[in-house]
Amino acid sequence: MGTRRYILSKVLQAFLTLAFVMVFNFFLFRVIPGDPAALLLRGTSAFNPQNVQQVTKELGLDRPLPQQFLVYVEDTLTLNFGDSYFLKGQDVKQVISERIWPTMLLVATSTIASAALGLIIGIYSGWRRGSKFDVGSQGFTLFVYSMPEFWFGILVLMAFAGGFGPFPSIFPAGGYSTPGADLTGFAYVADVLNHLALPWFVLVVAYMGEYSLIMRNSLIDVMNDDFVMTARAKGVREKQILWRHVVPNALLPTFTVVLLSLGFIFGGAITIEYVFSYPGLGLLTVQAIDSKDFPLLQGLFLLFSAAVIIANLIADILYSRLDPRVRAG
Amino acid sequence: MRPPEALPTFQEGPPTGVELEPGPPPEVPRNPRRIAWTRRRVSAARIWKTYRKNPLGMVGLFALILFALVAIFAPLLADKEGLRATCPCNGIPFSPPSLKYPLGTDNFGRSVLTLTIWGSRVSLTVGLLATAISIVIGSFIGIVAGYRGGVSETVLMRLTDWFLVIPFLPLAIVLASVLSPSLGVITFVIGITSWPSTARIVRAQVLSVKTRPYVERSRALGASGWHLNTHHILPNVGPLIFANTILTVAIAILSESTLAFLGLGDPLSVSWGTTLENAFGSGAAYAGQWWWIVPPGLAIVFVVLAFTLCGFAMDEILNPKLRAR
Repeated sequence: MGTRRYILSKVLQAFLTLAFVMVFNFFLFRVIPGDPAALLLRGTSAFNPQNVQQVTKELGLDRPLPQQFLVYVEDTLTLNFGDSYFLKGQDVKQVISERIWPTMLLVATSTIASAALGLIIGIYSGWRRGSKFDVGSQGFTLFVYSMPEFWFGILVLMAFAGGFGPFPSIFPAGGYSTPGADLTGFAYVADVLNHLALPWFVLVVAYMGEYSLIMRNSLIDVMNDDFVMTARAKGVREKQILWRHVVPNALLPTFTVVLLSLGFIFGGAITIEYVFSYPGLGLLTVQAIDSKDFPLLQGLFLLFSAAVIIANLIADILYSRLDPRVRAG
Repeated sequence: MRPPEALPTFQEGPPTGVELEPGPPPEVPRNPRRIAWTRRRVSAARIWKTYRKNPLGMVGLFALILFALVAIFAPLLADKEGLRATCPCNGIPFSPPSLKYPLGTDNFGRSVLTLTIWGSRVSLTVGLLATAISIVIGSFIGIVAGYRGGVSETVLMRLTDWFLVIPFLPLAIVLASVLSPSLGVITFVIGITSWPSTARIVRAQVLSVKTRPYVERSRALGASGWHLNTHHILPNVGPLIFANTILTVAIAILSESTLAFLGLGDPLSVSWGTTLENAFGSGAAYAGQWWWIVPPGLAIVFVVLAFTLCGFAMDEILNPKLRAR
């Protein structure tokens, strides 16, 4: 398969997947038990049959399903998700775009840090397979994998922000920056970083093991390849074998995984943002769940899915450029 | 549950599951079904012998048995009344561990030990049932796609890929929030969102099994598709499905706790996840009430760890790829 055809088919697949998510989204939010219009008005003074009928009309729920679907597709393509229920009168698109930056700051930087740390750990434990370091890091990875990340977050919060026992609280308990403090310049940056520290630490530790495991296994695979044996037979020093011959080849699969995890840049920290009341998309999701804010949930779900699909597509294309064997397959 | 059998690739002698083959000498009159079951028993014994040599797998197995016993005998270990907020047996709210309440009390004065013991029931049940749903869907799709091939394979695998790409937690969240929270819903949601990896593994195995000579022989003898699937393909894909099941339970239990923590669990039942949700919502983290947070969390960690260790040990025995190394 030629490069162009390969890329084209991948792009087509990504579009199909997006279309599937859209259709799924449409039907999902139309099987809600109970009337969305009634749900919207419940608990307000405007809750009466006449208003419910009017809102039903405004939401377009009285029209036949195919027509509703067309309207839905048009709205989705123009990123018009309607108004949020819980943030009254605010546009979903606007609400989401305000929360994107804190999440990106948190997840992007922590992903890069945990990938870098994980790679180094993976290289050392794979190279000295069976060593104390290897066994220790494998055990640690397994333990962290078995831990609900929100629980780990709560423990960290309790230890460093709650002021545990004789220890004073070191870090702020939550938020993006100190509310009300009118800080500028360097002081503001320091304040934001201070708030970022705990959730960032939790995410780095929680995902580090995954990267190290992949790196370790891929390294061990490459170490058994013939060219490593050749290098050794030529008398290349061990250090050179590792860094010049083994690591560059072992990086390939790990690189894909790092790229794929960037797809979770928006939706990857839902529970951690909630634990640290960090005002990003994750906390917004939890607020939307609590208030049954379906338009907001719908928009968030589309965003989270689209990010993953696009990251998949980029990973596929980049991988095929880095490793030509894939295209042939 | 059907005892796991070895894949025919690993054993000396004829492959398992061959029932239409001429039987042993006539002086031992046995029907083909008996032969097949004897072979299965033998290979199960062989798997157990290998498994026993894996120390981590054994630790996991013992931990699992321990947790299962706690869940089954929960009524003997702690009075169910202790789960009610208004039980006279409750102590002073938020009190740290004492002799009467070894793990302290929660915001209603309930014993955290009682909550953790009874929580094992809900967490394990949801984990196992959700896994059952996921395995049934995954195996069905994997077998149909692998066996039939053609258009149905393309369609089913596309569907699997779609579900694989959609991020799990957001999908589970939207599903759980449009349906009203209950144990049934949370089980269904976890089951319906976690089958794609099973489907892929099963399909790959079916593709390799269906070209083996004994399947072709059986087909040549006029066996129907149903017979081929239930008598030759399923028994040989079974062990892999079994290993996959154990690992899926671990993920399902983690998912249950996460969804419950986000407030999507059944508010009326006590699981480890709802206990943590309640603790966090009541500000236990800020008040330093570690006794309310640590026990349910540790319970989750140990159960998931136990399932994972067992799963890895089984995978090492049954997965041809790992075995070859």
